[in-house]
Amino acid sequence: MAFITANWNPLGEAFYRKIELYEMGWSLRDGLKECLVAAAPYGGPIALLRQPQRPSSSARPQLEIYSSSGANMASFPWKSGPVRQLGWTVCDDLLCIQEDGTVLIYDLFGAFKRHFSMGNEVVQNQVLEAKVFHSPYGTGVAIVTGASRFTLATNIDDLKLRRLPEVPGLQGAPSCWAVLTQDRQTKVLLANGADLYILDNTSCTPVTPPGLSPQACSIVNMAVSFSYKYLALFTDSGHLWMGSANLKDKLSEVDTKVRTPPKQMVWCRRPKSQQPSVVIMWDRLLLVAGECTDTIQYTLDEESVCVAELDGVRIVGGSRHELLQEVPSACQDIFKIASMAPGALLLEAHKEYEAASFGKCFLSNYPPEPFVSMCRDLKVLNSVREYTVGIPLTHTQYKQMTVQVLIDRLVYRKLYPLAIEICRYLKTPEYQGVSRVLKHWACCKVQQKEEPDESIAHAVSVKLGEAAGISYSEIAARAYECGRTELAIKLLEFEPRSGEQVPLLLKMKRSQLALSKAIESGDTDLVYTVVTYLKNEMNRGDFFMTLRNQPVALSLYRQFCKHQEQDTLKDLFNQDDDHQELGNFYVKASYKEKKLEARLSLLQSAVDEYNKAKNEFAAKATEEEMKLLRFQRRLDEKGEALLGLSLQETLHALLTSNFHKQAEQLYRDFRVPDKRYWWLKLTALAEKDDWEEMEKFAKSKKSPIGYLPFVEVFCLCGAAEAAIERRSEGEISTVLSRCSPTTDRALLERLNRARSTAAKK
Amino acid sequence: MSAHLSYGRVNLNILREAARKELREFLDKCAGSKAIVWDEYLTGPFGLIAQYSLLKEHEVEKMFTLKGGRLPAADVKNIIFFVRPRLELMDIIAENVISEDKMLSPRDFHILFVPRRSMLCEQRLKEQGVLGSFINIDEYILDLIPYDGDLLSMESEGAFRECYLESDQTSLYHTAKGLMTLQALYGTIPQIFGKGECARHVANMMLRMKREFAGSQTQILPVFDSLLLLDRNIDLLTPLATQLTYEGLIDEVYGITNGYAKLPPEKFAAQKKQGEVGKDLPTEPKKMQLNSAEELYAEIRDKNFNAIGAALSKKAKIISAAFEERHNAKTVGEIKQFVSQLPHMQAARSSLANHTSIAELIKDITTSEAFFDNLTVEQEFMTGVDTDKVNTYIEDCIAQKDPLIKILRLVCMQSVCNNGLKQKILDYYKREILQTYGYEHMLTLNNLEKTGLLKPQTSTRNNYPTIRKTLKLWMEDANEQNPNDISYVYSGYAPLSIRLTQVLARPGWRSIEEVLKMLPGPHFEERQQLPAGLHKKRQQGENRTTLVFFLGGVTYAEVAALRFLSQMEDGGTEYIIATTKLINGTSWIKSLMDRPEAP
Repeated sequence: MAFITANWNPLGEAFYRKIELYEMGWSLRDGLKECLVAAAPYGGPIALLRQPQRPSSSARPQLEIYSSSGANMASFPWKSGPVRQLGWTVCDDLLCIQEDGTVLIYDLFGAFKRHFSMGNEVVQNQVLEAKVFHSPYGTGVAIVTGASRFTLATNIDDLKLRRLPEVPGLQGAPSCWAVLTQDRQTKVLLANGADLYILDNTSCTPVTPPGLSPQACSIVNMAVSFSYKYLALFTDSGHLWMGSANLKDKLSEVDTKVRTPPKQMVWCRRPKSQQPSVVIMWDRLLLVAGECTDTIQYTLDEESVCVAELDGVRIVGGSRHELLQEVPSACQDIFKIASMAPGALLLEAHKEYEAASFGKCFLSNYPPEPFVSMCRDLKVLNSVREYTVGIPLTHTQYKQMTVQVLIDRLVYRKLYPLAIEICRYLKTPEYQGVSRVLKHWACCKVQQKEEPDESIAHAVSVKLGEAAGISYSEIAARAYECGRTELAIKLLEFEPRSGEQVPLLLKMKRSQLALSKAIESGDTDLVYTVVTYLKNEMNRGDFFMTLRNQPVALSLYRQFCKHQEQDTLKDLFNQDDDHQELGNFYVKASYKEKKLEARLSLLQSAVDEYNKAKNEFAAKATEEEMKLLRFQRRLDEKGEALLGLSLQETLHALLTSNFHKQAEQLYRDFRVPDKRYWWLKLTALAEKDDWEEMEKFAKSKKSPIGYLPFVEVFCLCGAAEAAIERRSEGEISTVLSRCSPTTDRALLERLNRARSTAAKK
Repeated sequence: MSAHLSYGRVNLNILREAARKELREFLDKCAGSKAIVWDEYLTGPFGLIAQYSLLKEHEVEKMFTLKGGRLPAADVKNIIFFVRPRLELMDIIAENVISEDKMLSPRDFHILFVPRRSMLCEQRLKEQGVLGSFINIDEYILDLIPYDGDLLSMESEGAFRECYLESDQTSLYHTAKGLMTLQALYGTIPQIFGKGECARHVANMMLRMKREFAGSQTQILPVFDSLLLLDRNIDLLTPLATQLTYEGLIDEVYGITNGYAKLPPEKFAAQKKQGEVGKDLPTEPKKMQLNSAEELYAEIRDKNFNAIGAALSKKAKIISAAFEERHNAKTVGEIKQFVSQLPHMQAARSSLANHTSIAELIKDITTSEAFFDNLTVEQEFMTGVDTDKVNTYIEDCIAQKDPLIKILRLVCMQSVCNNGLKQKILDYYKREILQTYGYEHMLTLNNLEKTGLLKPQTSTRNNYPTIRKTLKLWMEDANEQNPNDISYVYSGYAPLSIRLTQVLARPGWRSIEEVLKMLPGPHFEERQQLPAGLHKKRQQGENRTTLVFFLGGVTYAEVAALRFLSQMEDGGTEYIIATTKLINGTSWIKSLMDRPEAP
């Protein structure tokens, strides 16, 4: 403890320290010499492409993947083309960018995932240099070709290649370059000798960094900070310029007194720190430069690589893995010599009394949550920094990446038990935590080719059985992708959401099963989807047969046909020998028909069907309808527009136009009940004011409706006449209230008209 | 605007707010100015969730009705289609999109499906080649809409027809989903009761969905103690009867749609200040919103119409007494207090005037001979008088060609009260109807038979009298002024559906097993496990809260009857009512009619 500040080096206001993270577990004969190296940020994996020991045509380079502690995760000979650059995606996939512009993607364990190309023109011109970068849009790739042209892909998961405009005067590769993300746009900053350009989608703009020392003839290296906010330039005169990435402000300029172009240069700045600082690496020297003229220098005793982090720089060498960072202010407060900050006092007290959370109990109003959660965080961090896991995260990085992502990373490394333990320890809700890990475990499990379906399905169901919110269909989908259809079907059985099972079942061509699952879910849209699918997949006979066995689907399909495919509807009824519905179908169709003959023939079909359905009433009624239509047509020829009227309306029309004989005939032919006929005739005659005919009618035989209606009609008409004559609103209203809206329609209209004139008076 | 939703036993405004939030979120997804193209059917239900002002706040500048051809010009960045997932609507949308002038400034298209996205519809858009033109395709889950403080409706007109005639259970799926949303907001409902095939289906789906969502349960103390799911087809009789409550009669006579009634304007003209220019009668119908936000309406809506006159005159006295108070106001303070109450009093006065006018309009009808005759026949049927003979009143009505729906209501009622009609009688009625109103109505008659509203008597004996007696569906001495039983809502007839609800609460359905077996479909009880610690500890004397869901529609009179039960002092249960749609005999029969369109 006493020596904790021993490796602290002051630089301006701040201290910097270099601490060892791991002694590397790998055994590399020549260290990192002759290696292409890529290490992912946030303590991610390290990839090495080692050139063969003895260069010969048959020897192939070796691609190796290690954890941060140097534990081997994959190793295989590189059989594809020459590689220019390695890089890691945000989700820990390895990108290998080849000279011909092909980018190959491997997972953490060296399994090939897919590949894409950076454009056809690259094949000829070849990639000179390439960079992998991260932005809010995901992982991107930038290349510069032999023709000195830049091509960008901002997000490799949604590949859109952008070829940037030409840079005037540039031959070959620029002296140095970097990718920037500004104003939601990705740009390239490049130096060609002393000239600096910004390249965006449409233009190439020359820029000058404010206050760059005039001695410089050429910019030989540049670095952009983790957040894309800051830029550092290194000139051939040994000057380091630091400023904002938009080139508006200069932060400082330091003369390093080293004129050799550096091997690597990275920002080393923790969030909220006042001090901008950059780490520069030469063959044997590591230098930290900040705002002041002083620098910190470390000697390097082995070939190393710098990895930029959010809050520092990791230095990976052949034997050691170190972290170089500005000492956090909390640490400074505690450990700085003669510090009187509360933290320092507390530490002293702790040493005296050996109580881990000493002092906490003296604070009654202090909420305990921050203390508890910090302890939890530290425990989680310690467990992932563990040598066998090898993820050297700092607290700042951990907070930035979130627990969710950390769990994802552990899952990706197949460290399922640790992931589950952390979820349980942090009390992450089950479906976000444990269930998610188990799902990944199961997805991995189903890919184990040697194990039989039964035992995998059993193992999965036993482990996942109780976990909430597991999506078995996702696991099944993975099994199906691996060609294990039977296993997929077994797994789907565990899926409680029948809706989720359907798409996969369809994909696996288990359409019958898909249909019953869709029906089970109650989601009719899903049923429709399967039905549509079946309709396209099967021949008509089989399709109808399938529907027949699934009444729910059948009635839905009928609904669909009713609106969309009338002909199919008919076929469906035919297949089921549903003569009643067929009859109805023809009746409906008859109303859409303009020509009387066609209409009659459709009605005849309906009659036939109704007869087959043994629906005597419907058959007879439809025959009557045909009879009426034919009757109406005969009268139509005499100039009466009757077609389409109901029997009652037809009779009424005939009676009011003095076709008494025809009315009489209809009345007999259609066996209209006397009562109704008398009512009809009475109102028709009253409407016409044909009192003479009325008298004849009343006397023709004994009225089946009695004589009261006659009297009422007389009275009503009389009263109405009188009221209208006197133009009395009140009287008209009284008569109106006695009128029936249907039988006394004509009278009603007259009265209403009279009333409104009376009201206007 | 929506305060009345939060006054009830259950704060339904939470549901409304959740729906509004989702709407706002969607609108904000489409950045910039917008025009909404409406599936006309949706405007009514949406009105219950959000007014134009909300849309305007989110840059909705224009609204159009969805129709074929080219979209009207509008200088907006986004065009949003608000539609039900129907194929025919997809064709119209495709037409709109295709005929969009590409040369003009391009507009972004979006679709919002209500209440649910549909793969079938998206497939159709794809076939039409326009699917790619949409930036956002989303769904707006609007299943249960808060209709009033104790009433939820899905406003789904076709639900009964789809379920019972066309075996299309889409609306039941939406019901189950809606109930899941409700449980997400108000906690798991521990007990589910039900009667009928559809009720069983909905309960099954709910239980399944609960299993599916296992693990993501909400930790909310349950607001509802139980849910009762009732199929409309276990009680076909009630909606056929003429409702006799104030609200029920407004609905019977003028129709209430999405909470609004359109009334004849003549009676309301007089309210304008006298001496004002323009004596002309207004010609536009007066549109009135009817809900419990209006104090007077909340008070009288559920009364039997015969008690309305007294209630209104009592109210009139109170209001004029309140206005008289001004003479007693002597000090400045008193006057100030009087003045501060003025707006409220004036609102009360105009509300009183409105309802007096409506009551007068309705009284003209209820006192007519035709209304009386019709009601007499209805009551004869309900009491089982001569239901097995051809009814002369129906005959006369057909002869005089009264509106067809009126005839159908009566014939169906007779059939239901007789457990089917003798074949000869049924055929006679059908023939009379076809000859008088046209043969095309054969399809409608066929529909009514399929749903069981009309049926030929089979050999089994008529069990309606047993049901009527056991459930006491007819009460001779119904008290319309100071009711002591739910039968007041139909002046003697106690709605069967509500009797079942009442018996369930006390003494329980076990006492009426025999009757339940006579009604179609299974009856059941399910329990839903509550997460530990969420078991409600009932206070002494605290009422239970039951959600009654009517699958296929409910009438205002039934709602009134349930409210009456909620208010009974020793009832012990308060009811929240939910339904697929508020119906009356006319709208219900209309939804079952088939009108073949002319060429």
